[in-house]
Amino acid sequence: MSVVSDTIDWFSDSTNWSGEDGVPHRLVEHLGYTALTILIAAAIAIPIGLWIGHTGRLRGLAVVSSGALRALPTLGVLTYASLFTGIGIKAAIFTLVLLAIPPLLAGAYAGLESVDRQTIDAARAIGMTERQILAKVEIPLALPLIIGGLRSATLQVVATATVAAFIPGPGGLGRYLIDGLALRDNAEVVAGSVIVIVLALVLDGIFVLLQRLALRNRSAPVRLSA
Amino acid sequence: MTWFQNNTDKVVDLLISHLWLSALPIVLGFVIAVPIGWYANRHRRVRGVLLSVAGIFYTIPSLAFFLVLPSIIGTGYLDPLNVVVALTVYAVAIMVRSATDAFESVSPAVLDAATAAGFASTGRAFRVELPLAGPVLVAGLRVVAVSSVSLVSVGALIGVSNLGSLFTEGYRTDNNAEILTGVFGIVIVALVFDALIVLAGRLLLPWARATRTTEARGLARLIGGGRA
Repeated sequence: MSVVSDTIDWFSDSTNWSGEDGVPHRLVEHLGYTALTILIAAAIAIPIGLWIGHTGRLRGLAVVSSGALRALPTLGVLTYASLFTGIGIKAAIFTLVLLAIPPLLAGAYAGLESVDRQTIDAARAIGMTERQILAKVEIPLALPLIIGGLRSATLQVVATATVAAFIPGPGGLGRYLIDGLALRDNAEVVAGSVIVIVLALVLDGIFVLLQRLALRNRSAPVRLSA
Repeated sequence: MTWFQNNTDKVVDLLISHLWLSALPIVLGFVIAVPIGWYANRHRRVRGVLLSVAGIFYTIPSLAFFLVLPSIIGTGYLDPLNVVVALTVYAVAIMVRSATDAFESVSPAVLDAATAAGFASTGRAFRVELPLAGPVLVAGLRVVAVSSVSLVSVGALIGVSNLGSLFTEGYRTDNNAEILTGVFGIVIVALVFDALIVLAGRLLLPWARATRTTEARGLARLIGGGRA
């Protein structure tokens, strides 16, 4: 019971809302790491996933990468990488990018795979080039699953960025959890955890809305090819 | 390799706790989720709500989950129970979805035939539906197993000993051999669990193997899978 009231006190303490260690700054850091990671990972993974899905080549790679990489413990990769990069944000970003790649790749690949072959044949029959088929037929139809990949990748990164605070370099919301544990400050630990959980749920909600929007706009490209 | 050879006892101890901490949530998750999935498949209205709730639990980042649990269930901050409970919740969340899909994949015509052949509803559930749902259940359980084994290591951050402790200690002592031992150990445990589940599936369900489509659907659904 006391932890709950201590946590409420923590939230109402104005010193926790300003400066380097304040919630706004830590939140912006956390979102910044997440955005940077997703940008880098998407630039690598989505083109590869689209290529695999479009050509049907190297399908095994998509399946293996999403299966085998899942078994890789994130904390292990993070600590191992940081022994080489030193303390700081590099090891964390490297680990986060590595983690974000499989869901993005699988999303792009599974998205294209889910497109009805007949629709693609129809697009080809009306004279679309391969590039047009990809851009105007396959990607729009695959969009809900591509966004699904972005959704899992983002949540994965938000969660792992918290763990990354184990390394002294990175800021972000994980600082509250790791530093609070070290100082035995339970209120800070619980408050930080609550913020991380709320952030994850809010981001997840945003992606659910995006997926619904993508589903709703799906009919347009189908009409185009009909 | 030399580090491993000189510290075999310690690694074996950590391995044993890692096995416990991951096997318990996998088994509990399966046992809890299968009846829920069966029920959800029969009651369409409950189904949407249950799957949304499962999705919300699955969204919670693990370290944060480990650390809010003491305030909810009254455990100590360093209690291994926090890890077991959190991972069981994740396992149930993944497995409920799989189980719902699994029971949905059973053809209604087969169920009618079973009823016509004289199966009572309990007998039908256990002797017809469950075996036919088997392949999709196995596919879900494999995802649960791999992600649980990997997630246990995050527990090392809150002082729960397991192979992940090799990461925290290896980092502090600047020992990359120790960290690598942990990484390989965890990947091997995950592969062994996965192989055991596949083997059990083949023995218990000799007539069926997950088809390409169920595997592809599983992949699409579980994009990403593991949480950190």
